[in-house]
Amino acid sequence: MLVAEASFPRWREAVVGPYLMLAPAVLLLVVMILVPLVLVAATAFTDWHLGGGPPRFVGLETFRALLEDHDFKIAVWNTARYVGAVVPVTTLVGLAVALLIAECGRGQALYRMIFFLPSVATLAAMSVAWQMLLSPSVGAVPQLLRLLGFAPGNWLQDPQAALPTLAMIGIWSEAGFAMLFFLAGLKTVPRELVEAMALDGRGSVVDRLWHVTLPHLAPITVFVLVFSSIHALRVFDTVAIITRGGPEKATLVALYFIYQEAFSLFRTNLAAAATILFIAVVLVLSLIQLYATRAGRSR
Amino acid sequence: MNRARFAGLARHVVLVSGAVLVLSPLLWAIRISLLPAEDVFSPTFRLLPSRWIGFENYARALTASPLLHFLANGVFVCVAIIVCQLLVAIPAAYVLAKARVPGLGLIWLAVLVALVVPPAALALPLFIMAAGAGLIDTYAGLILPWTISPLGIFLLRQAFLRVPDEMIEAARLDGLGEGEILVRLLVPMISPAIGALVIISLVAHWNDLLWPSVVVTSGAKATPPFGVMLFQVQEIGSDYGPLLAGALMIAAPLLVLFALAQRRFLDGMTWLGSK
Repeated sequence: MLVAEASFPRWREAVVGPYLMLAPAVLLLVVMILVPLVLVAATAFTDWHLGGGPPRFVGLETFRALLEDHDFKIAVWNTARYVGAVVPVTTLVGLAVALLIAECGRGQALYRMIFFLPSVATLAAMSVAWQMLLSPSVGAVPQLLRLLGFAPGNWLQDPQAALPTLAMIGIWSEAGFAMLFFLAGLKTVPRELVEAMALDGRGSVVDRLWHVTLPHLAPITVFVLVFSSIHALRVFDTVAIITRGGPEKATLVALYFIYQEAFSLFRTNLAAAATILFIAVVLVLSLIQLYATRAGRSR
Repeated sequence: MNRARFAGLARHVVLVSGAVLVLSPLLWAIRISLLPAEDVFSPTFRLLPSRWIGFENYARALTASPLLHFLANGVFVCVAIIVCQLLVAIPAAYVLAKARVPGLGLIWLAVLVALVVPPAALALPLFIMAAGAGLIDTYAGLILPWTISPLGIFLLRQAFLRVPDEMIEAARLDGLGEGEILVRLLVPMISPAIGALVIISLVAHWNDLLWPSVVVTSGAKATPPFGVMLFQVQEIGSDYGPLLAGALMIAAPLLVLFALAQRRFLDGMTWLGSK
């Protein structure tokens, strides 16, 4: 079923051919993905620290230690808040921009390019640009706010504001993807339906949106939600460049926690256990995505 | 009529304001990169520089840090990764789409499992393996883990599936060998999928910060995003004009390519939605 209908008549004599063509991919798949997966899972059940003595099997002890780890709890909470803020806003902004762009005729290509540009721009470099835009001393936003009589804060140094600020940057860099997927989805909305309703004078723009366009976008919306969740979960660059998990661990998120545990604190087994949980969460999201795209295709 | 015109106008007002907001970090970075040092911290706000210093900050960024070296590393690593990905994924995807030999189901399952694993999650085990193999701070260490692209195999297999079998049969009857069929006939036919893979990989690996920050330990092997990290500990980090000039030059190659080949980029990225 997974294999297509075609047959390889000549290859029946030389069945080796297909396997030869697959060999590099299979080898790399095993060495670069499956072995690392097994390795990280195995490490999570030991007391092994990079550079330390030989590993000793400790069962679920590492996971217990992880769940009781203060920083881990902070990282989980921060990641949840970050994803919870970024995903809905990214989806809504992407949908709104797609709806606005889809029918604006001339200029669509230009708008599309501008709104997608942040998703192409190197986030590490753009993090520096954002730092400058928000900097109390040289930033445009604080200067503008002062001009208007407000007292701007030093958001990236403020434990209350740092994570929401990074979430805003996250939305900025991800919304382009949401827009792109919604634009592709909008092409599948039957135009006749929308136009017929408009000609009949039935319902307002909002009605047509609500009753025709949005129901058609439901499957793609699920996809966008999952896609941006997986992307938001992986937030790393802005944290590594701008806040390094600070101030006061306010921006300590999942991947940065793993990064620190693994490469600065050398608590290898703890990092491995956290990695396993991270993969598990992504796996669940991917299954939802798979289910949603299947459901969408069968419509 | 008037109402429609008003709606159209309102639409553009919203979109233009949105566009300005979206571009603001970039525009602000460009502004600061053109300012002389004394203007950056000047207490009185001025939009334009008090004196035109041209691209002095850009020149300083290039001389104060090995920026050109970072960029060259980035080009080399990305080209190597993409070429390897294509060489590995094209034949594999072809077999997975069109061949009928035992074991393909299992291999396809492995591809799907690999597709779900977030690359970032493999940083720790890959680091342990790279350390064991002596590949820390080498180009091989930067490139090897990404020579396999499950997403690439997935996308190309989808594309191969759409090629009618009769066409391949006809080519065989014409006496073409399997290799010729693949290279001359099929690769051109699935070029949109190949283009999509190239663009997705290029954006992912040019911009990747996590893996280089794990496997690279010196400036010699730093890729551009890792270079940004190095800026912060170098003297350029406190000198905002050159710092932003440097950051802009790191983001520029992809942005320029994107502006030039907008359609291809957007079409390519839309393929991510077919996952």
